[in-house]
Amino acid sequence: MSTVTQQAGPATPAGPARPLSGRRPLGDRTFQVITLAAGLLVLVILVLIAFSTTQQAAPWFKAEGWGIFGTTWNPATNQFGALAFIYGTAITGVIALIMAVPVSVAIALLLTEVVPYRWARPIVYVIDLLAVVPSVVWGLWGILVFAPWIAKIYAHIGSAVTGIPVLDSLFGPPTSGASFFTAGIILAFMITPIVTSLSREVIATVPAIDKEGAYALGATRLEMIQGAVWPHSKGGIVGAVLLGLGRAMGETIAVALVIGSSATITSHLFAPGDSMPAVIANQFGEASGVFRAALMGLGVLLFAFTIIVNVIARAAVGRSVEQGSA
Amino acid sequence: MAATTGQQPDLREAKGWRRTKSRIATVAMVVAFVLVVIPLVFVLITVVARGIGIISWQFLTASIPPQVVPADIGGIGPAIVGTLEIVGLATLMAVPLGILGAIYLNEYGGKGVLGRLIGFMADVMTGVPSIVMGLFVFSIWVLHFGFSGLAGAIALGCLMLPVVIRSTDEMLKLVPNPLREGSYALGATKSRVTMTVVLPAAVGGIVSGALLAVARAAGETAPLLFTILTVTTVNRNVFSGPNTSIPSQIFANAISPYTGAQDRAWGAALTLIVIAFVLMIASRIVTARFTRYSR
Repeated sequence: MSTVTQQAGPATPAGPARPLSGRRPLGDRTFQVITLAAGLLVLVILVLIAFSTTQQAAPWFKAEGWGIFGTTWNPATNQFGALAFIYGTAITGVIALIMAVPVSVAIALLLTEVVPYRWARPIVYVIDLLAVVPSVVWGLWGILVFAPWIAKIYAHIGSAVTGIPVLDSLFGPPTSGASFFTAGIILAFMITPIVTSLSREVIATVPAIDKEGAYALGATRLEMIQGAVWPHSKGGIVGAVLLGLGRAMGETIAVALVIGSSATITSHLFAPGDSMPAVIANQFGEASGVFRAALMGLGVLLFAFTIIVNVIARAAVGRSVEQGSA
Repeated sequence: MAATTGQQPDLREAKGWRRTKSRIATVAMVVAFVLVVIPLVFVLITVVARGIGIISWQFLTASIPPQVVPADIGGIGPAIVGTLEIVGLATLMAVPLGILGAIYLNEYGGKGVLGRLIGFMADVMTGVPSIVMGLFVFSIWVLHFGFSGLAGAIALGCLMLPVVIRSTDEMLKLVPNPLREGSYALGATKSRVTMTVVLPAAVGGIVSGALLAVARAAGETAPLLFTILTVTTVNRNVFSGPNTSIPSQIFANAISPYTGAQDRAWGAALTLIVIAFVLMIASRIVTARFTRYSR
């Protein structure tokens, strides 16, 4: 298989066949140009996104300057500091990663190193089902079923940790079902499929000979994973985790429904907050002027953050997978 | 791989604490899987339990009533019409362009600098948040031409494009080169080889990937918020005027204090999940029956 795909040379008509026909027919060249245009569309759209949203957000950048990173967001007094939303996006993303990453990597290891192939497929189907549940359904379930249920648990934890130094400021009251932590949990469910499938792709490229070598030296499965799989795939898994972070940062509707919509910066994880995509979804409809420009600007910041995260992540995953299959 | 499963005489000395640790790790992996299954089952059971009593022919076709109205009156007809229009139009735009882009990556420029850049940026583009796509279409389209189903379709199409490019590219890579070489040997041009030999050989995988992209697009809410401007009336003209969709109606109803509106949201959620599952199962069937080359 791999030896066949390597021989790209003879498949190219522009090669040795050329002297026979002189030049390629017009239709053939037109087709190539059309496919090139379709490919370039990706780059054009990305550039247009950056350009058009930045243009729309310009009034905000001009009005606030570095004040865009201020702490006060109050449309009534025309104050649009975005720090509370950046904080909310970061904190919910971190909560989601802390919960989703160990679980995803464990499932990826289960699929690649433990279960036989015929069991791996149904497990992959189940994980894929998680990805098929639409964001808005997670949000609906989150706000009507999950948040009221977990609010009671928050209240118990909150009263239990009252007075204990660090825990009190993290998990103490005020508590609410719609909060940073609830949003983080829902995000963890949503990013698990992508982190799992990419980790699995990375781990699958670990050479069998490395693993067999570890076993031959008498390693247990865990020692084999630590000694052969982990050193080979940690770079790629970091990439998979970053991709999960990118997804979590951009997730809108589910978070908009369960985070509680309150522009506050607080260490209390069980308190309501807000995130960048959520505030755009909730407030863009009634916004105009600088207010709308500010929300558009949040979109620009979000776009910039996710592009940076995705470029780093894709480079890491790509390098890891290429290394493995080479 | 077979050598690692321990079928042959066990020469290993792994006993005691080392073996216990390894067993604990294996159990932890299984527990991780169970941890993921629990919320999935919980969500699906809730949606089915609360949605199944709502869904009827009348619910799927009747017009959307005010939120205070109880659940046995009215339905989500306009939202279903809107979703079919908008997702259909998005598919018509994104799938052909995505396939053409993938043909460029795989048949023409894939190994060059530009081809690698486009492939890499297509991967990156799959990570662009859907809300940003909504803002983008709002600023380039809605500000000039107003709200319409078309604007929503452009936003969804932009989200689908890189997904279709990537899945098609994977499938084209699997088509064996001797097929191409055989057709070249008969004197066919490159475009003819691509259209009549390579694409038909990969059509199962391409359709399957496109169906998954459609399933994802049908569930998207964020890119539609500022492009179709959720309304409650039927708009049969996808090219102009505000429109609505199933996810938009769920979002509008989820924050409603009225139980009738919430019940309709559950019914709409079940409808949406059924649509997504049908597309996913269709994709699996296409993969199983029409795929000639697979990994």
